[in-house]
Amino acid sequence: MSDITLNTAAAGVPEAAPRSAPLTQLGLVGWMRANLFSSWLNTAVTLLLAYLIIRWAVGFIEWGIVNAIWSVPNNQTQACRDLKGTGACWAVITEKHRFMLFGTYPYEEHWRPALVCLLFIGLYVVSAMRRFWRWELAIIWAAVLSVIGVLMWGGILGLSYVPQERWGGLPITLILATFGLAFAFPLAILVALGRRSSLPAIKVLCVMYVELIRGVPLISLLFMASVMFPLFLPEGMNIDKLLRAQIAIILFAAAYLAEVVRGGLQALPKGQYEAADALGLSYWQKTGFIILPQALRLVIPPLVNTFIGFFKDTSLVLIIGIFDLLTAGKTAIIEPAWQGFGVEVYVTIGAIYFVFCFAMSKYSQGLEAELNRHRRR
Amino acid sequence: MSQTTNDPRLLRAPPKRPIRLSWSDERVRGIVWQLLVVGIVGGIVWWLWSNTVHNLEVRRIATGFGFLGREAGLPIAEHLIDYNPTDTYFRALLVGLLNTLKVAVVGIVLATILGTLIGIARLSKNWLLSRIAGVYVEVIRDLPLLLQLLFWYAVLQGLPGPRQALNPVDGVFLSNRGLKLPWIEWESAHSWALLAFVAGAVATWLYRRAARAAQMQDGQPRRVWPVALGLLLVLPVAVWWVLGAPWTPDMPALRGFNFQGGVNISPEYFALLLGLVLYTAGFIAEIVRAGILAVAHGQWEAAQALGLKPTQVLNQIVLPQALRVIIPPMTSQFLNLTKNSSLAVAIGYQDIVSIANTTLNQTGQAIEGIAIIMLVYLTISLSISLFMNWYNARIALVER
Repeated sequence: MSDITLNTAAAGVPEAAPRSAPLTQLGLVGWMRANLFSSWLNTAVTLLLAYLIIRWAVGFIEWGIVNAIWSVPNNQTQACRDLKGTGACWAVITEKHRFMLFGTYPYEEHWRPALVCLLFIGLYVVSAMRRFWRWELAIIWAAVLSVIGVLMWGGILGLSYVPQERWGGLPITLILATFGLAFAFPLAILVALGRRSSLPAIKVLCVMYVELIRGVPLISLLFMASVMFPLFLPEGMNIDKLLRAQIAIILFAAAYLAEVVRGGLQALPKGQYEAADALGLSYWQKTGFIILPQALRLVIPPLVNTFIGFFKDTSLVLIIGIFDLLTAGKTAIIEPAWQGFGVEVYVTIGAIYFVFCFAMSKYSQGLEAELNRHRRR
Repeated sequence: MSQTTNDPRLLRAPPKRPIRLSWSDERVRGIVWQLLVVGIVGGIVWWLWSNTVHNLEVRRIATGFGFLGREAGLPIAEHLIDYNPTDTYFRALLVGLLNTLKVAVVGIVLATILGTLIGIARLSKNWLLSRIAGVYVEVIRDLPLLLQLLFWYAVLQGLPGPRQALNPVDGVFLSNRGLKLPWIEWESAHSWALLAFVAGAVATWLYRRAARAAQMQDGQPRRVWPVALGLLLVLPVAVWWVLGAPWTPDMPALRGFNFQGGVNISPEYFALLLGLVLYTAGFIAEIVRAGILAVAHGQWEAAQALGLKPTQVLNQIVLPQALRVIIPPMTSQFLNLTKNSSLAVAIGYQDIVSIANTTLNQTGQAIEGIAIIMLVYLTISLSISLFMNWYNARIALVER
């Protein structure tokens, strides 16, 4: 725009052409004046922050790249120790990354958990696309989850059997999160409906469940799963530790998801309920065809946020000694040769968690904008 | 009832039908469903309960809280009340509870302050500042809290030992043994001054209330700050002065292999507090931002048009409205912080969960140990939500 104006001005009709804004108001300079240096205080803040960022960035690059050691020959970490914290010892990652990702899974079979991780990611991507939101998606989930089970356990199709105690790392995190949500979600819907029910006994049960679970930390449920659960079962019956933790996570997640779903049920106008009643639909018809499709659509963004929370919370199984991604990282640096390189390991694991959570968070924001498009004009 | 009411809608209410024993009767269906669900849940609970009783008998575990009176024999590094390993389990758990409260209360205060600052920074007109605040919120919320705690603990563990401790300001030492700060030798005069401060705070609050009531009567604003200054600052200092003004600074100093004197913040507590505050502040920042954005722009403009000063606009118009949006989600963040403090067990800070866990490992009283943890957190959760609900009701919009 401004180019055209300037060109006409140069063509020799100065009084007719509108003058362009002064250069200080335009382009990069104008933007900086408005957003970075609009007042003395703003200028001071900008300069201080810029100084801090540059200093921090330079320090980080020096630590992480310039002074870093990327590999050391057979566990000789003396070179790393000589840095005395002035440089990162990425050698610990080079040495231990397979262990951090897949735990104690047999080394030559690592392609199986790797494939499982890819399958999980593929499943998330497909589920995230709106064009696949239909009933067939449930079948895809069932199919993919069974393939994942086959890959992890093996024992058939020529795959060697790998007992559950040897599973570990990223697949465990993804299994806990995915199975947890797959089972918690239907339970959450039932509990949310129960909490809105007009039947007093069902309502009381659901309220008690939700408030009890939400009032205690996840750790106490995980402790319960690890030390108390064996007492609950008849003698001789034993449930694997991973499954017990999974049950605790499902029960925990369901209480929180139920509150999110309840929010959607409450946000739906009363007319929808009354119209469905007026049509003579039964309770389950009303709920399945009229209420849930609308209510769930309303709460998709908060649901995704809750999912992010649970993805992060699966790391708590570290406390009861289940081998997820974080536990694998913590175990990797127990070996005396690698002790003291926790910062490098946690930064790497943090990056993995961040990729997953950031993708979900951006997706949730995009979805929220898309679903709210009819409200914006 | 129908004779006393004049509401025509009630007069036209449908007549009560007698219950028919048929599936088409809604009430019968309701009763059957309830019996079914309660029966199933009750059955499961009874099954689990009978298994548990049987298992306890087989394993010869005595139930009950009798173990609380036995000698604990577990060392606790940090305690707010006197404690030594020969004390009872009850006292050990009490120490743990106080440790939990210590980190939760300090954490809530600091996280609220930091979160509010970051939330306001996100709304700043300064692009760089708002961008940095945005990146902070995004990054901190996308990393598991446990990972952050382990990270901070690893950072603190990686600090140099006491001999090469970082010494940014005179009297402050940061080493892998924790943070050392100077303190004063506590004497009774200090306690009295503290008491005077608390009394002054109560009196200030009462005076402010009276001043507000008087302003409602005659419209004249009264100055509160001179009274507040006198009661909150001059009075405690005067009490301290009258009692002899004792002031002996207690500076930490390196003796042998560790520091003597001063006040010590252990690396475990420091890492836990740092992790909890930084993490929760990320969430609080979003709540504060949403709360401020929820106040319509016209409110700012109308207040300015009335000629109110900027501080008055903020204090009397914007904040009361923003708080209504902020308080409910803030409550759940406070609850989250308290519950998340149970992650202390992963980095070795001895909070209630850690001590109850050790107790149940030592005594084998799994059910009682977990019951204690749950009871404590349920009580704390309930107290915080009751208090916040009361506060929320107080500031809620009074509608017609």
